[in-house]
Amino acid sequence: MNIETISKWSLSSRVLHWLSAFFIFGLFILGVWMRTLDYYNPWYQQAPDLHKSFGILLISIMIVRLVLRFFTPPPPHLDTHKPWEINIAKVVHWALYLGVILILITGYLIATSENRPIEVFETFNIPVLIQAFDEQEDIAGFIHEWAAYTLMAFVGLHMAGALKHHFIDKDKTLKRML
Amino acid sequence: MKIKLRTALAAIALTLSSSLWAGEQYKIDTKGMHAAIEFKIKHLGISWLKGNFNDFSGEFNFDEKNPAASNVSVSINTASLDSNHGERDKHLRGDDFLDVKTFPKAIFKSTKVVSTGNGEAKIHGDLTLHGVTRNIVIDAKQIGAGNDPWGGFRRGFEGSTTISLHDFNINFNLGPASKEVILNLYVEGIRK
Repeated sequence: MNIETISKWSLSSRVLHWLSAFFIFGLFILGVWMRTLDYYNPWYQQAPDLHKSFGILLISIMIVRLVLRFFTPPPPHLDTHKPWEINIAKVVHWALYLGVILILITGYLIATSENRPIEVFETFNIPVLIQAFDEQEDIAGFIHEWAAYTLMAFVGLHMAGALKHHFIDKDKTLKRML
Repeated sequence: MKIKLRTALAAIALTLSSSLWAGEQYKIDTKGMHAAIEFKIKHLGISWLKGNFNDFSGEFNFDEKNPAASNVSVSINTASLDSNHGERDKHLRGDDFLDVKTFPKAIFKSTKVVSTGNGEAKIHGDLTLHGVTRNIVIDAKQIGAGNDPWGGFRRGFEGSTTISLHDFNINFNLGPASKEVILNLYVEGIRK
């Protein structure tokens, strides 16, 4: 085992990272797109159903990820990482985690606001656990939408950082996640 | 002093005359909620989609001898729309439909009541919805009137009208069968 493999993120972390990246992008695009659909569009019913089903899948991925994050420490920072880079990375990473969690929770609250369970891929139901507040779909909907746009801004920062390390600093930061 | 007395007398006279001449004043019982405002619209031309506005208030003036002197006004909190489906309600409250943030109230004020006999009447009035005011006609019918067991006097009506969404500048395409909405009102007034 050489130094490089040790300093990589664990295989499970890498798989979960890219899987959630795929889901988060997919859900964002699906979410924006489905709201533009005409009432007679064949996807009008299906797109929200899929959005909810994939959202539930992402919740399970995020739970596993967060548990892993707490039990297996991330690889140490590279020696070339400057303190300000480390600090910004830390803020952005936790903003990403928090953003995703907030969006998932509010999404659940919208879908269950009328006290009906969420049907996942028409195979099983996620029950209603809580009726949080009056006008739940409106409040949760507002947070869901704006948290999603904010999250995308942080995703942009995250990607910009990764690309900067890869192309400008020419270090192994991005490669450790591949 | 003199002026004050005169204003007081005038006020009393006004109160008396309004109670003497303008029929009976009723407040719609939204506290005990013996009233409902329901909307329904065709779904794909196959069935009905039904919902309610849960929060509204109103009053009416009823003159048994001279029904034409009656009038009614109702104010609806548009955000209280409820079709028993959270995501649809959110959509209907949004700017594709009622845009309740910009237009939080829908208001109906009668302008003319025409009795058609048998306790039925056509209530003409202005409906302001989604920022647009249009004249509409509500077909109204008295259900009953009488003393309630708690010392009050009540009078109840039902009314129905059909409005076109396009008239109120709501242009989201729900299909050819779903261009009109039926509004049904069930109101019970408590005499003041």
